[in-house]
Amino acid sequence: MKNLKIKAIVAILTTAMVFVSGQALAKDSRKPIVIPTHNWSSQVVMAYVIGGIFEKLGNRVKYVPADSQAVYEAIRNGDVTISHEVWQSTFGKSFYNAMAKGGLIDAGNHSALTIEELGVPSYVIEKNLCPGLPDWKALADCHKVFATADSGGKGRILEGPQSWHGDLMPKRIKALGLEDKYVVKFAGSADAIWAELASAKKEGRGIIAFNWSPNFTDADGFEFIQFPPYFDGCRIEDGGDGSCGSPVGWLKKAANYKFPKTHPRAYTVFSKISFSTQDIGQMASLVDVFKLSHEDAAKSWLNTHEDVWKPFLE
Amino acid sequence: MDNIKKFKDSKLALFLIVLTIFFILNFSIDESNGVLWRLPALFANLPGAINSFVESLINDWFLIEIYDPDIEEYEKTGLVKEITRTFSGLILFFIELIREILLGGVNTIASFTDWDFINENEWAKWPALPWTIVAGGAFILGYALKGLGLSLLAGLSAMYIAIFGQWYPAMETLSFVLIAAPFSFILGLLLGILAYKKRTVEKILAPLLNIAQTMPHFSYLIPVVAFFGIGDQAGALATIIFATPPMIRLTILGLKKVPPEVLESGLMSGCTKFQSLFKVLIPTARHDILIGMNQVIMQCLGMAVIASFIGAKGLGFNLLLALNGLKIGQALELGICIVLIAVTLDKLSLAWANKQTDYFSDLPFFERNKYSVLFFIAFVVSIILAYVGSIIFEGGINYFYIVEHNKGLTTQHFWQSGIDWIVENWYAGLQGFNSFLITGILVPMKNAYLGMPVIATFMLVMGVGYIVGGIKSSLIVCGFLICIAFTEWWDRALITAYMTTFAVLVSAAIGLIVGSLCAQNNLATKIILLVCDTFQTLPSFIYLIPVIMLFGVTDTSVLIAVIVYATIPATRYTVEGLRNVPVSMIESSKMSGANKWQQLTQIEFPLSMPHILLGINQTVIFSLFMVIIGAMIGTEDLGQLILKSLSDKNGIGNGLILGLCVSFIGLAVDHLIQVWSNKRKKDLGVI
Repeated sequence: MKNLKIKAIVAILTTAMVFVSGQALAKDSRKPIVIPTHNWSSQVVMAYVIGGIFEKLGNRVKYVPADSQAVYEAIRNGDVTISHEVWQSTFGKSFYNAMAKGGLIDAGNHSALTIEELGVPSYVIEKNLCPGLPDWKALADCHKVFATADSGGKGRILEGPQSWHGDLMPKRIKALGLEDKYVVKFAGSADAIWAELASAKKEGRGIIAFNWSPNFTDADGFEFIQFPPYFDGCRIEDGGDGSCGSPVGWLKKAANYKFPKTHPRAYTVFSKISFSTQDIGQMASLVDVFKLSHEDAAKSWLNTHEDVWKPFLE
Repeated sequence: MDNIKKFKDSKLALFLIVLTIFFILNFSIDESNGVLWRLPALFANLPGAINSFVESLINDWFLIEIYDPDIEEYEKTGLVKEITRTFSGLILFFIELIREILLGGVNTIASFTDWDFINENEWAKWPALPWTIVAGGAFILGYALKGLGLSLLAGLSAMYIAIFGQWYPAMETLSFVLIAAPFSFILGLLLGILAYKKRTVEKILAPLLNIAQTMPHFSYLIPVVAFFGIGDQAGALATIIFATPPMIRLTILGLKKVPPEVLESGLMSGCTKFQSLFKVLIPTARHDILIGMNQVIMQCLGMAVIASFIGAKGLGFNLLLALNGLKIGQALELGICIVLIAVTLDKLSLAWANKQTDYFSDLPFFERNKYSVLFFIAFVVSIILAYVGSIIFEGGINYFYIVEHNKGLTTQHFWQSGIDWIVENWYAGLQGFNSFLITGILVPMKNAYLGMPVIATFMLVMGVGYIVGGIKSSLIVCGFLICIAFTEWWDRALITAYMTTFAVLVSAAIGLIVGSLCAQNNLATKIILLVCDTFQTLPSFIYLIPVIMLFGVTDTSVLIAVIVYATIPATRYTVEGLRNVPVSMIESSKMSGANKWQQLTQIEFPLSMPHILLGINQTVIFSLFMVIIGAMIGTEDLGQLILKSLSDKNGIGNGLILGLCVSFIGLAVDHLIQVWSNKRKKDLGVI
């Protein structure tokens, strides 16, 4: 009986102490941090990598599959806590739309600089299918190489879905004076682009497609076309003539506005996390080339790259 | 006889007149004619208005202050949002409860205590069941409900899923279906009963059901996310929206078929209202209610992939991930798991519903409880096996406990190389066909559709409406189309219509031919129905990729994917229709000396036409759905914008209005076919 009493007192005291110290240190909430997973490898591996880092801090994480465009609305509403791969040209619009409505904050950039541009598989250049590439001027003379069944004799440029950057590419093609020789076809999804690239590779056929780097296609070899360099104001909506290529893009992180308050420690680490092009490439290749599962790839990357992620914790 | 001939002739004459006027209008009116060419976009502001209405309903209407313990602040939040989030929390709780019984976890315990408790107590964790228990349970359940056949189907499916390393995602999908399916079933049954009892409810429900069944799924994903967040609960709710309507419809249909004599005999024996419902009405209508249950299960698994767009975990998400990496073999294996779960659940639930209550209560203890005892034995044996496994496979994967994801057997390399072989060897040969189809048929057809002045389109459609169902049908069809014509998306709707028309023509032709051939033979009938079941639940996303590899990002690819999917109902209903022609009719035609061909064209086809027409009706709906999913390949129709609405600023409004446009196309066709089919049935004396 006496024993029980002492135990009860100790228990109360400890609880009180935990409570007080919790107040004092502003510790992270124990509620899980919700990390979205999309349908491409590097993003899923990085989700598990970042989740792993949060777990090392003592946080709980929960993964939820989400459409890569719809996710920003979910972050804004607090149903998802973060997004760790916000590509400028593909998700910039959705990101800023959600930010304008309120509830989503910018949690800084990765150091990786991204290229999001039209290009050709490397074999197109090696086989010299279109002499002069990757300089864009070469395009004028070899539209026939890129013609398809539905392009009416013109060369076809396979652009991503219209939700990515609207009419940017058709405008650019027009501004460069290539519209008599090329048509722009909008693919419905990234999958459709990969399927066409894979099929073209089997045949050794010429193809121009929108793509980005770092990406798993880097391993197969992909060359971006060198368009006239980008400068501020060169696009039509900014008052230019639109005849310029894409800028070197950013890769951002986003978070729900409550995240810094509920998980101050995790947020600080998250805002410091900055992966390079090389890191992202490695994460993707562990799955795409070395055939690990996404979880295993993340574990193995965390084990072998402590030098990269440990500094984020400081 | 003469009268009928005259009647037919007059219809034909009318149709020719309509067609002539259509062509005159078509060639005399062009873009310079303003309103006759295209109607003004009066509804252009509607999506924005809906959007701001929904958003203010969720975020600004009836603000309440809620204390958020995490940020230690009071926050203003909308009442509606709090209510819908509470509801979605409840659904999520049940999904996670089942999931954690199967796979283990901490969420359920956390919702009874809190996260601090979980964090401080390492032991507060529910362990996963070994897969052998679930597989053993499936064997026993199948046997208990029906017998050896079902036992093998259920048990072997579970073993297949485990051995092929898809246990984890499959159980995630199962836990989600085990909530969504019963929920849809009960909701559908209740609403169906209510509609049967109260005429007003039926009147209110009818248009809602029509829309829910014809609206493409992508168009309501964003509204669901806005109301219910993202996650399994949102996926489950989107699934429920899709799976409940057929259940309601079939319940109403079944209850209406109950003969009044049966109901009265129930009343005479002194049934209370409750008894007459559950002891008389529902048992008598069980046939249709069971078809409803089958539909619910099929629709739930059919939604597995699309639900993963808004957070449903499991096979669907892994399938999308595999497709993005072009791992078609892996995607196919995942697809097979979905089909197996669908078929197993369907057969189990059917067997359960058909099981008669056993009234022999004086059986000995073991006889009465033999299945529980058997399951207990399986449970113990599995746990011992799992323990033994932990010693045998020390440090590695315990194959007797849970085969980790993608660590099992696999046949994906076989399928993958098959696909690669096809692409390598067929690509060149198919290009001629591809460019002929595009330049010779598709592009001219598309241009013809886009070149139709709006007045000519209305003339044609209303004329056909008049011929089929008189002035009423004409006005109904006009009503549907005029709503679309007033949006800014009429041209896109025309492209959707062109693709759907082409796909329906080809699918119906294939379905009629294959269906009629297979209906001639018992074995062929069984096989083709099995093929139909498989293709209906196999996620259509799987064949998008191989088709793109062969035909590129073109309309050909979209249309082939659509045709593969839309041929299913045409075939199924043709087979069913032909098989259900009364034997007496066939016998009497034989006696009058009809040969096989005459028998088919004079007796079987005309008699089964109403049913086949319903199949064509389904083909139209399936085509519309798939044309919209075809936007994932790349189209320029309504689907492209629906997909785009996932990221739009006005996503909720755009998605809903675009979805309604698609729905109205479907409903216009649906109306015409239904009216025609009912008339034919009356003429034939079938009803």
